[in-house]
Amino acid sequence: MNNSNYILEMNNVSKTFPGVKALDNVNLRIRTGSIHALMGENGAGKSTLMKILYGIYTPDEGGVVLLDGKPFQPNSPIDAIRSGLAMVPQEISPSANLSVADNFYLGREITKGILMDQKQMNAETTKVLDELGIPMEVDVLMSEVSVAQAQLLAIATAVSYDAKIIIMDEPTTALTESEVHRLYKIVRKVQERGIAIIYISHKLGEVFELCDEVSVIRDGQYIGTKNTADITKEEMINMMVGREMDEMFTRDSVDIGEVLLEIKNLNLPGKFENINFNVRKGEVFGIAGLVGSGRSEIVEAIFGYVPAESGEVIIHGEKVDIKQPMDAIKHRIGFVTEDRKKTGLMLNMSVTDNMIMPDLLPYLESGLVSDKLASAVSNQKKKQLRIKTPSVDTIIDNLSGGNQQKVLIARWLLLEPEILILDEPTKGIDVGAKAEIYKLIIELAKAGKAIVIISSEMLELLALSDRIMVMAEGRESGIVDRADATQEIILEMAAGDTAEQALEHAHQNEPSIKNDQQNYKFEEVGQ
Amino acid sequence: MIATTTNAVRDMNYSAFFHKYGMVLILILLFTVLSFNIEGFASFRNIFSILEQVSMFGIIAIGVTFAIVTAGIDLSTGSIVALASVVAATLVTGSEGYGMTLVAFGGAMLVGGFCGLINGTITAYGRIPPFIATLGMMTAARGFAQLFSDGRPVDASSDAFTSIAGTSVFGIPGLVIIYVLVAIACHTMMSRRTFGRHVYAIGGNVNTARICGVNVEITLVKVYVLCGVLAGLAGAMLTSRAFAGNPTFGNMWELDAIAAAVIGGVSLAGGVGSVPMCIVGALIIGVMNKGLNMLGVDPYWQQIIKGMIIIGAVLLDAQKRKKS
Repeated sequence: MNNSNYILEMNNVSKTFPGVKALDNVNLRIRTGSIHALMGENGAGKSTLMKILYGIYTPDEGGVVLLDGKPFQPNSPIDAIRSGLAMVPQEISPSANLSVADNFYLGREITKGILMDQKQMNAETTKVLDELGIPMEVDVLMSEVSVAQAQLLAIATAVSYDAKIIIMDEPTTALTESEVHRLYKIVRKVQERGIAIIYISHKLGEVFELCDEVSVIRDGQYIGTKNTADITKEEMINMMVGREMDEMFTRDSVDIGEVLLEIKNLNLPGKFENINFNVRKGEVFGIAGLVGSGRSEIVEAIFGYVPAESGEVIIHGEKVDIKQPMDAIKHRIGFVTEDRKKTGLMLNMSVTDNMIMPDLLPYLESGLVSDKLASAVSNQKKKQLRIKTPSVDTIIDNLSGGNQQKVLIARWLLLEPEILILDEPTKGIDVGAKAEIYKLIIELAKAGKAIVIISSEMLELLALSDRIMVMAEGRESGIVDRADATQEIILEMAAGDTAEQALEHAHQNEPSIKNDQQNYKFEEVGQ
Repeated sequence: MIATTTNAVRDMNYSAFFHKYGMVLILILLFTVLSFNIEGFASFRNIFSILEQVSMFGIIAIGVTFAIVTAGIDLSTGSIVALASVVAATLVTGSEGYGMTLVAFGGAMLVGGFCGLINGTITAYGRIPPFIATLGMMTAARGFAQLFSDGRPVDASSDAFTSIAGTSVFGIPGLVIIYVLVAIACHTMMSRRTFGRHVYAIGGNVNTARICGVNVEITLVKVYVLCGVLAGLAGAMLTSRAFAGNPTFGNMWELDAIAAAVIGGVSLAGGVGSVPMCIVGALIIGVMNKGLNMLGVDPYWQQIIKGMIIIGAVLLDAQKRKKS
């Protein structure tokens, strides 16, 4: 029998994908009946680790996973569930057209003869929900239940499967303050039953309030495990981000020229209103704000992907009419979108095809696309941006995130844009590729391009941008200069304060540590 | 150690090879097995007869391949064959000389193209799924064909017109020559022209295609017009071969065309496929039809076998995608 007090031990677990080591000798030990936070930035490897646990990925040779003291290597989620693991995913997708009880019993319906026993299912569901203190009508349709309720139902479902460990992946992303507190209560009730919980989050407040222990992984490496009682917030942030920006990047100064892009009174009701800013040649212009603050919608409007309803876009002093992306391309704007999979890549096409798609004309020979010309050009970009791929004919799906991103940047560089818009250009890519992309951005600014960059990573924005516009709920809170910008000021403006107010507060609260090395993420603000 | 590495490399090459040429191998295998079992199966005469039968729905399959690669579909091609056949027959009947023949072929392709234009416009600008848009056209075009011909066959007696299907050059039937020419032109268009690259881009990721400045709507309209034109051409070819147009022509051909593309490995999920793939698929169907006929297999059983092969091909495609 299991005589250690760990319900789960993962020792020296590694996972290699083609071209990238997602996990490198990671350890995770979960005590029976504890709430254990798993922390790390986007792309740190948290979800890869959980997918191994859930039987979706097979780990590399050499690691050991023990569940209840016994070796554990699930082949599928069903395997994992049978062994006592349950996952409450970040985005719950219940069957909206079935009732609460039907969802609770989905896949293991109670039957009486050849029919389902609806009465029994309703009664049993009510019983389990009551025990956990989740008040919910069980016969209403799932479509009428809030996200928070759906989440609690998912937890109850996990409990009813006799789970020993429940994995919760950023459960509070879509919850309001009061809903979060109710969630905590339920989670503690679950814990009282001796069930361990792996709580994935990057909200510090939550981890301190709810969790007993915390393990941190960063860039696929195991950093450490601590008792939440023995560690300060600052120490935890340091574990998460290290001092990477400092080591990775120092910015050269760039000569800034005349105004190249000017935005006047840009409006798209429901998304953003009355946006005004300009970007100069050689300038890196940052846009900050919470997810959903309208920051991505603004650049999508400028590029004509989802055009604004009113307002002016002025390039080189002349008003331009951009109704669709091809108009923007004609005005030599490049746009690396936020979501690589959704709006960036053509996953089943080659690196070359992904690169050349916006303009095939240079590769035509008597009206036909010359693959020779195209691969010559993409090979050159491959070398220039150090894109790691066996060949430019490789299907892009086989590249790592960082290299895919480089291909997408190369796509626009081929058009020699004057204006380059980058929406979260370093999301989900490894540190090495990040550093290269930072360098590239500054090189492009030096070459006289106007760069617009959106990022959720504060340090990244502060390090790169000459000026930063901060968005709050679709409105422009203000624009701060590089010299004045600190994380505190931007956070305050992202909450709706004007630049003047934020600067004033910063002066009152001296000494403020300017550009300190802790990379706060916007997600932490809500706490 | 070295041995295992090279083995691994070789295994990978094998699987890549099967991935790419699996259906060609199956075609060769099928043909070889039938040749050993049926006397005269491997003769030129028989091969050309197979090709001639394949040529018409094979041409439709080429158009449908474009639609499927954009992650769309065209169900109306069979009905367009019928409509085009009665139009071509009406135009050409009683005439002499190749002038009217050209007019008849042109008219058939024009009518087909017009149907395709409607399909494409409804799909691209009306944002109606192509399955529904072309399902409507499938019913409507058949109705128009009946209306136009009073529900009766239309005589297409014109020596020049029927000679298109009747003559052969060096033993190669006229219809096969048309098939080969269309295949070369469409293959070039798909693999080498900007239009073809945009077709792949739309099937690969329509959002990205838009971001890259591809005019998605116009490209889709072109795709469905091409489908219609090729179906119209097939209608004229069939009329030339049958000496008549008939509103019942082309029944279920749309499904044979889709089957040819799918068996050849064109992915219904979009983004993957080519003209050669769809030719291989059409040839597999053609060889199998002929072989089963010559073996005297019950036609009911022939349908059952064909159905199973289609399902098998789709399963294979799903398997491939799961692996990658």
